[in-house]
Amino acid sequence: MPVTPFIVLSALLFSIGAVGVLVRRNAIVIFMCVELMLNASNLALVTFARVNGNLDGQIAAFFVMVVAAAEVVVGLAIIMTIFRTRRSASVDDASLLKY
Amino acid sequence: MTTFNAPHLEYATLLPLLIVLGGAVVGVLVEAFVPRERRYVVQSALAGVVVLAAGVDTAVVTRNLGLFHDKPGKVVAEGAIAVDGPTLFIWGLVLALSFLGVLMFAERKLESGVLSFAGQAAALPGTEAERQASTRGLEHTEVFPLLLFAVSGMMLFPAANDLLTLFVALEVLSLPLYLLCGLARRRRLLSQEAAMKYFLLGAFSSAFFVYGIALVYGYAGSMGFAQIANAVAGRTDGHVLLLGGMGLMAVGLLFKVSAAPFHAWTPDVYQGAPTAVTGFMAAGTKVAAFGALLRLFYVAFGGARWDWEPLFWAIAILTMVVGSVLALAQTDMKRLLAYSSIAHAGFMLTGFLGARSLGVVKAGDISAVQAILFYLLTYGFMTMAAFAIVTVVRDAGGEATGMARWAGLGKESPLLAGVFAFLLLAMAGIPLTSGFTGKWAVFAAAVSAGAWPVVLVAVLLSAVTAFFYVRVIVVMFFSEPVGEGPSVAVPSVLTMLVIAVGTAVTLVLGVVPGPVLDRLGDVAQFIR
Repeated sequence: MPVTPFIVLSALLFSIGAVGVLVRRNAIVIFMCVELMLNASNLALVTFARVNGNLDGQIAAFFVMVVAAAEVVVGLAIIMTIFRTRRSASVDDASLLKY
Repeated sequence: MTTFNAPHLEYATLLPLLIVLGGAVVGVLVEAFVPRERRYVVQSALAGVVVLAAGVDTAVVTRNLGLFHDKPGKVVAEGAIAVDGPTLFIWGLVLALSFLGVLMFAERKLESGVLSFAGQAAALPGTEAERQASTRGLEHTEVFPLLLFAVSGMMLFPAANDLLTLFVALEVLSLPLYLLCGLARRRRLLSQEAAMKYFLLGAFSSAFFVYGIALVYGYAGSMGFAQIANAVAGRTDGHVLLLGGMGLMAVGLLFKVSAAPFHAWTPDVYQGAPTAVTGFMAAGTKVAAFGALLRLFYVAFGGARWDWEPLFWAIAILTMVVGSVLALAQTDMKRLLAYSSIAHAGFMLTGFLGARSLGVVKAGDISAVQAILFYLLTYGFMTMAAFAIVTVVRDAGGEATGMARWAGLGKESPLLAGVFAFLLLAMAGIPLTSGFTGKWAVFAAAVSAGAWPVVLVAVLLSAVTAFFYVRVIVVMFFSEPVGEGPSVAVPSVLTMLVIAVGTAVTLVLGVVPGPVLDRLGDVAQFIR
């Protein structure tokens, strides 16, 4: 099985996510980009599990999913409070803390 | 049919960790079943007792494992957790700092009878709902279980002996802290903004960390540190995977220790978060993350030292420069302490460069692990005490964190200003304070490993840091107060205890560091 296409795909997804975090303004979209990065990592983990012939990577992928779900709970709660206070989820608006 | 082999868990050795996790779960139940008016007493007592019990048990485990009799410790939980000298030291330190954290969290007198956390986090700032929550005296006692969850993550992080446990610990440590940052009672917009920044950047960095884990796993074929170390020592191919994985994992860990260029969140979060949380987070996270950084890079990637050392040279220098130079321009006390904590991370990274092969270290030499653990001990206590002092200097709007408001504090309260001046001198590394011994230890370790250019930069920048610490002292003692001047609120015995303990440890470790440093030398050895 050629492994390179899978890793290249996961690297692409990871890069798209990373660039998304850097250029998007909406906190929810940034957060979705982070999730994309985590899922790209899952793809890499599962591919390497196949290559290495053990299950460690697949189990790790499950853990990453669970952690991502927990992160969604905390993250959405924080973004929601910000949105309700400021009527905006743009990360550029939240700029009281600087220098 | 295949038989099921139950995993073997060494409950006795893992007990300190289990006590804290169990205490956190009980705390959640208390929130559900205990009437509102009794929750504060129950929750704060529970958190305090749990942390103390775990601390006592850490001492028992240390004794049972015979660490002071040349035993290396034990790898437990099917290879997932390593309980050795550094682990147990960090457990003890994190638990001691968490106990001070519980005391600061439980302080009620400064906000006239309520916790310094938001009465009802869901009520919008400046609305009728918030006023009602405040007149009814509501408070979120959930902060205590959240603290305990964060503590359990901080304990697991430096003990993790495989990549998966390391990742889970990172998240268990971070998620409660994101929430705690957003729960300030006053200046809630700042607090919420701090929580969002911390969360988004933290999630971003942990995504890098996970991708690094995937690459290292692809390289080594296993998650265990021992197997990774074997692969690093034995394999000659796949070097790109290893380099990429190490780099990405370093991003995640360096973010947590707030090393430049991954420090951008630190000043904002330290300033916006409730000061009790800032103190706990500044001390605890740094201790835990440095423990994890040391174990990962010394144990798992130790064989690839020549690959990662140049990177850490650059990061150590950059971190010290950023921390000490930007601190010069700060006018807010919490931001100043944040930049000072970045500079401290840089000094500790200098010690991190003191890694040497086992045979090279002579008896009586200070090893890098020993030096960094000692530095963490000194840093943790002085940071905790400094932030506790920030909570008691107040004006009508709550804490007066602007440095101009601190002018004339020396006349208002000579004792408090004197103690704060002493802590600042300790941070600057003046002799007879613990900060001096800590700096001396990390510099000695780095020099003996040949990293003298970094140490040279570090010594020069120590002088720069001394400048802004002394500037604060000048403001406190020799400036005329603006307007009414600062007022020092009298806190309850809880906060006083934090200040007293932090200052006492700073003084004692400065005057007689020898016994602690020597004993650390006995235990500062990672099990492989």
